[in-house]
Amino acid sequence: MHNLSHHLRDAPISAWIGIIIVVFYAVLAIGAPLLAPFAESASVGKQYHPWTAPHYLGTDALGRDVLSRLIYGARNTVGIALVTTALAFLLGATFGLLAATIGGWFDAIISRVVDVMMAIPPLIFALLILTITGTSVIALILVIAVLDSTRVFRLSRAVAQGILTMDYIEVARMRGEGMFWLIRKEVLPNAAAPLIAEFGLRFCFVFLFISALSFLGLGIQPPTADWGGMVRESAKLISFANFATFQTATFGLAPLLPAGAIALLTIGVNLIVDWVLHMSSGLKE
Amino acid sequence: MTDLLLEMKDIRIEGRSDRQWKPIIKGVDLTLNRGEILGLIGESGAGKSTLGLAAMGYTKGGCRISGGSIRFDGQDLVGASDEALRRLRGARVAYVAQSAAAAFNPAYKLIDQYCEAPVKHGVMSRDEAQSDAVELYRKIRLPNPEGIGFRYPHQVSGGQLQRAMTAMAMACRPDLIIFDEPTTALDVTTQIEVLSAIRDIVREYNTAAIYITHDLAVVAQMADKIKVLLRGEEVEEAPAREMLSNPKQDYTKSLWAVRDFRRAPPAARQADEGPLLEIQNMSAGYGAVDILKGINLNIARGSTVAIVGESGSGKSTMARVVMGLLPPSSGTLRYDGSPLPKSGKERPRDLQRHIQMIHQMADTALNPKHRIKDVIGRPLEFFLGLKGRAKDARIKELLTLIELDPDEFFYRIPSELSGGQKQRVCIARALAAEPDFIICDEVTSALDQLVAEGILRLLDRLQREMDLTYMFITHDIATVRSIADEVVVMQNGVIVEQGPKDAMFSPPHVPYTELLLSSVPEMDPNWLTQLLKERGDAATQEPQQ
Amino acid sequence: MNPILTIILKRLLIGLLTLWVVTIIIFAAIELLPGDIATEVLGQAATEESLAAFREKFDLNHPVYERYISWLSGAVTGDFGISLANQRPISELIGHRTANTFFLAGYAAAIAVPIAVVSGMLAALYNGSVFDRMLSSSTLAAISFPEFFVAYILILIFSVGLGWFPSLADVDVDTSLGERLYRTFLPAMTLTLIVLAYMMRMTRAAILNLLALPYIEMAHLKGIKRWRVIAVHALPNALAPILNVIALNLAYLIVGVVLVEVVFVYPGLGQILVDSVSNRDVTVVQAACLIFAATYILLNLLADILSIIANPRLLHPR
Repeated sequence: MHNLSHHLRDAPISAWIGIIIVVFYAVLAIGAPLLAPFAESASVGKQYHPWTAPHYLGTDALGRDVLSRLIYGARNTVGIALVTTALAFLLGATFGLLAATIGGWFDAIISRVVDVMMAIPPLIFALLILTITGTSVIALILVIAVLDSTRVFRLSRAVAQGILTMDYIEVARMRGEGMFWLIRKEVLPNAAAPLIAEFGLRFCFVFLFISALSFLGLGIQPPTADWGGMVRESAKLISFANFATFQTATFGLAPLLPAGAIALLTIGVNLIVDWVLHMSSGLKE
Repeated sequence: MTDLLLEMKDIRIEGRSDRQWKPIIKGVDLTLNRGEILGLIGESGAGKSTLGLAAMGYTKGGCRISGGSIRFDGQDLVGASDEALRRLRGARVAYVAQSAAAAFNPAYKLIDQYCEAPVKHGVMSRDEAQSDAVELYRKIRLPNPEGIGFRYPHQVSGGQLQRAMTAMAMACRPDLIIFDEPTTALDVTTQIEVLSAIRDIVREYNTAAIYITHDLAVVAQMADKIKVLLRGEEVEEAPAREMLSNPKQDYTKSLWAVRDFRRAPPAARQADEGPLLEIQNMSAGYGAVDILKGINLNIARGSTVAIVGESGSGKSTMARVVMGLLPPSSGTLRYDGSPLPKSGKERPRDLQRHIQMIHQMADTALNPKHRIKDVIGRPLEFFLGLKGRAKDARIKELLTLIELDPDEFFYRIPSELSGGQKQRVCIARALAAEPDFIICDEVTSALDQLVAEGILRLLDRLQREMDLTYMFITHDIATVRSIADEVVVMQNGVIVEQGPKDAMFSPPHVPYTELLLSSVPEMDPNWLTQLLKERGDAATQEPQQ
Repeated sequence: MNPILTIILKRLLIGLLTLWVVTIIIFAAIELLPGDIATEVLGQAATEESLAAFREKFDLNHPVYERYISWLSGAVTGDFGISLANQRPISELIGHRTANTFFLAGYAAAIAVPIAVVSGMLAALYNGSVFDRMLSSSTLAAISFPEFFVAYILILIFSVGLGWFPSLADVDVDTSLGERLYRTFLPAMTLTLIVLAYMMRMTRAAILNLLALPYIEMAHLKGIKRWRVIAVHALPNALAPILNVIALNLAYLIVGVVLVEVVFVYPGLGQILVDSVSNRDVTVVQAACLIFAATYILLNLLADILSIIANPRLLHPR
């Protein structure tokens, strides 16, 4: 990544769309209190206000402004997903790189543990543990981070193992270089591109996962604004959609707005990931 | 007989990379008569395979024929329909690939794959094809010709598989066969068998052939005429004997001359000086099985000892033992008179500094993310504690030493270097540690001949200037002739013979050395014929003795 | 013994071992509940007698390993004990729901697998064509859209808009097969759309990898017809990766069911699992998790074994 600006200039349109989407969400998340017209969870109007000023996207069952909740939702949902992914990465990549470099019993034990954890579908595992811990944001972050770190572990271990078979590693080992030097100077620079791409993919996965849990009522709890939860709250409205007039049609769109917000961000991140992956594979040739 | 079989005129082929078409073949003419064998030679990237495949009207994925004409037996191939080309391929023009192991479908028996083309092209019935296969298997001297066809590809050895593929190409008795480096992946002793089998069967059926190779001596045995390619263009073409004895172009001459390099014998040394490296009764291997068994070897200071052997002989394992990457299971190693700890981790840093190694593949021996200054700078810093300006100055000295322009290469990354330049940087990295002893593990095998010779000359010069000792691991006898003082021949993990080079290259030899040395193709076009005759005589004499 | 049998037995053994470890993890869940379960469920006001009766009922007085053994042996025969929340036998609660869930997953698989495999192969054969590119972008959508988004869009179009299918997939034991297929059409479509793109992309990648191999080029150079190269040379070797893709996606489908059931209020195992997590009805959660996890593990095991069997190098050892 020595000259990012150079890469950006050559980026395809799809990558640019991805970047614009992600930047848009980032602005929403960071500037939520400034951008949102109303408070996050205060009742500011009557129930189910249609899509007219001052509630451009209407109000929900408790008379809260949907647009404001969507904007705050960006901050909450994306923020929590980001923290969780970062934690999963810290755990998974650290152990993955160590396991590959140290090898032997250390690798064997950790790999077996990860195998067993991955044998249980993540959603099922998460539901099992959330039954015990109850649904708090901290529990949510920890549980998902640990579950997701197994995937990061697998990838970073595989990438590192591929790099470690290279002769330049043997050269460094023959010189008598220590393990941390090996990881930092020889392995990491070569593992960077696949790991960055994986971060994007993991983020999407975690983000969808948290949204799914919230949708099931087991994730981020109300009154915090959260897209998955908003879908859940407004889900029933869809049956009342009526395409006779614009006003009645928008009624049915209520659950699709937060769901679409989730989908759009995931698409954006995936577009960037595709580009990064393409670049890193192209450099190898 | 001069009836024309194949005629290519001003053929141009392009390949797609970085979203644009780049020329691979830049206007080459080629003519071939019935029963004639054309040797197509050139270094990597010359476009030999691309040109060879074009004779079938075929281009690899991402390539296209952008100009010129190809006429095969009067039929135009460039404008031909897919169906017309399909009828031609396998039936009248056949192909033999470099890696037989990859070119056979793992899911089917050899004989099923043999029969496919003749049956589908309507040349023979399945039963006829099957009995014909046995006949050809016998002619191509495969062991157990009745039974071998009923094996799966992975159940057959590489040399046999390559012959089975030649038989398969012969199945429809084509007019032309393209051989694409068919023996490159084989050991020399196996290569002989495949070469002679191919030559005999092609002659017997009067099949024309295009024989693609980078090995001049091989092409000398096979071809009636030779065409030399360089970067997609023809350098020259002439009948084989004429080309071998009297090449016209400078490039061809330089290719021919490569084999003439001979290292001058080292200066005489004091007799009382002990060996630099002593290996006594050493065995080593992975797990319970020893790959190396009872190795005894002394390497004198300032000399070059060549370790020669085919794949699986254990020569690379030896390098790993000396480097301390693989602790031997028994035996001792002594360096400069004192014991060498078995594991590299137990060796003091200063001792590790003295012994360096250069790998075969410079591509994987250089971290693609490190700049050249960091590659060479790290051992300077690690072993000698050099920093800042002193380090940079020394890096530039080393770059000058390996004949690369310091200002140009200082900040480069490996992908901006050619193969030979990369190998030079690896040499500089080894030299940076200021070693006495360097293991060269097939350092020239992955390089084109001209580049390889440059590396050999460089190593030789460095040895004289810096009083280095080399352990030179190679499978290539020509390299041994060029650079060795002493030769060690290995087979199946044991040393079968060792001694000074001159003694090793003159008889008498132990049988394996004899086989190995005699199997190395020579430029003399009569070499293979004579060798087979000699071996045949020996074989017929043996039972009488 | 044939080495392939050894490999399969080894893989089976590892699979069963994993399953066994997973049963321990799931069982351990109840032990990890903070505080005393009896007090937790009955509340602080419960009398000593009712607490004792509760402990008796749930076998809480026995040592852990005894309870584990009786739980596991019960589970194997389909008896998962009784629900913490309403104290009814769990098998009664989840019996027909499990069947419903497998029905829905099977329904979706029956639609998705043939479409995915055929279109994945077509995309590989016509690599770079419009069809191929459409497939690539649909994959992007499929990995980006949350399940409920797909579900609500389908509801909006086919149920609310066109009125062709019901938005609630409500079935019971008496529902006839035809009616059942009709009512569960939208949930099955949702699941299909979710796994379809994955399966197509993986099939496409498997075939493309294969088509780049030298022996496929060799077959072309032997003048073999294009369809024969695909059918005879590529397909037998593609079988292993494709079977693998299918089994992996079926495993994925089984889990994807949970969300879809909630959206369509379908009386399946997923829905009761979600409800039980909210109620912290641990014994029911355990039973449902065990069924989901076991199915998932067995399907993955099946995927591995199928790809071992379909490997000619292992099938015909030296």
